[in-house]
Amino acid sequence: MGMINNIGKYFIMLRYVFSRPEKFKIYKNRIFDEIEIIGLNSIPIVSLLSVFMGAVITLQTAANMDTPLLPVETIGFITRQSTILEFSPTIISLILAGKIGSNIASEIGTMRVTEQIDALEIMGVNSLGFLVLPKIIASFLSFPILIIYSMMLSLVGGLLAGIQSGLCSQSDYVKGLRYYFHASDVTYGLVKTFFFAFLITTISSFYGYYVKGGALDVGASSTKAVVYSSIAILLTNFVLTQIMLV
Amino acid sequence: MIKVNNISKSFNGVKVLKDISTTFEQGRVNLIIGQSGQGKSVLAKCIVGLHEVDSGDILYNDQNFSLMSRNERKTIRKEIGMLFQGSALFDSMTVEENVMFPLSMFTKMSKKEMQERANFCLNRVNLVGKNNLLPAECSGGMQKRVAIARAISMQPKYLFCDEPNSGLDPKTSIVIDNLIQEITYEFNMTTVVITHDMNSVIEIGDHILFINEGKNWWEGTKKEILNTDNKEILDFVYASKFMKNLKGKLSD
Repeated sequence: MGMINNIGKYFIMLRYVFSRPEKFKIYKNRIFDEIEIIGLNSIPIVSLLSVFMGAVITLQTAANMDTPLLPVETIGFITRQSTILEFSPTIISLILAGKIGSNIASEIGTMRVTEQIDALEIMGVNSLGFLVLPKIIASFLSFPILIIYSMMLSLVGGLLAGIQSGLCSQSDYVKGLRYYFHASDVTYGLVKTFFFAFLITTISSFYGYYVKGGALDVGASSTKAVVYSSIAILLTNFVLTQIMLV
Repeated sequence: MIKVNNISKSFNGVKVLKDISTTFEQGRVNLIIGQSGQGKSVLAKCIVGLHEVDSGDILYNDQNFSLMSRNERKTIRKEIGMLFQGSALFDSMTVEENVMFPLSMFTKMSKKEMQERANFCLNRVNLVGKNNLLPAECSGGMQKRVAIARAISMQPKYLFCDEPNSGLDPKTSIVIDNLIQEITYEFNMTTVVITHDMNSVIEIGDHILFINEGKNWWEGTKKEILNTDNKEILDFVYASKFMKNLKGKLSD
């Protein structure tokens, strides 16, 4: 029953989030601030993860290629497919759910318990629109760039690992990357990214906005935000894969 | 003027406000007093619309606020300034940006005009030259004064103050009380202050509403409250040893 209530409350929240902004100029400034928090500040962790993710995919692929019948280019091919279809969009989004989701939930939750949200409402500001909409727009603008950047770094990481370990040459790897490439795979990855961006920002905002109590409850809401955003990402990933790839 | 007619409010089946009616007059400092947990803050939050009432009406200058839609309420809310117990300043904004925030949201003022207005408000609360401080860099008393400056920046008709003296030393409390009283008279606002501070009651209480067990238990002025024989009020007013001694000395 509680879960159904929460789902209902979530959709009611979305209605207010997308109601007409009071002053677009203020929202525009907030979008730039949010791009910095959501996008720019995530670059270091995305870079680190992506390089190592690509490297590990390459090593594992090479380690599992027991038959000499498979050409060496397969390493590049599998690294590319795994990265573009799954690892960059999904794993990076899960990591961002942890980083950004907890940040959003604790930021909005703290504003709630310190009555800053009440202050906005008293002034006549649509607090949901003011706080959440810029985050959604910023995540729509940042996430695809972060994921494309992650794809690129992951493939570079794979190349470096392949060459350094002597499992494949640069030309074999690059040949594998180019082999049977469909641009629609990237589109599929980016479509997923938009869904994930929306889910992370809105679910985290939901848990922050409706928090009751004090500092402990803000911490608990932050944890819930990460857990439920991650579950939503996994479920949506499954559904979108069924719809778009199968 | 704000009129409250027979409002009731429950939380999870527990009735917090029971059929409360009163009138808060313009140009006066109206105090809501009572022990903790009696429903003072809930009453104020119902009046400003942060809680929905179960029954009854709230009228702002004869406009029925309780029947208004969320959008209609926005018009009234732009005329309300509120000072929260914890000040509720926006952490990421400077003092000046906090004061300018309502202006930037709801007026077409240029940045220079907004800065002039912010400076006027900050000057009014004796915070000249503190424009670039962040809330975290301000003391408790300064934060309250910034919150007052923000509350009056839009020249509101109604000012609500939720325990403006909580966490402040007696001297700073008097400064805040006097400031609230001065701006109420100066801008002819309808001011509603929630407090348990007896000093505030005696200093600035033009009209006092005593809430007990969620009901309007007593109403009167600061002179009347000191001479009442209502047991609950006497227990509240003379709860401290200091006040009891004072009463004894005055009687002698």
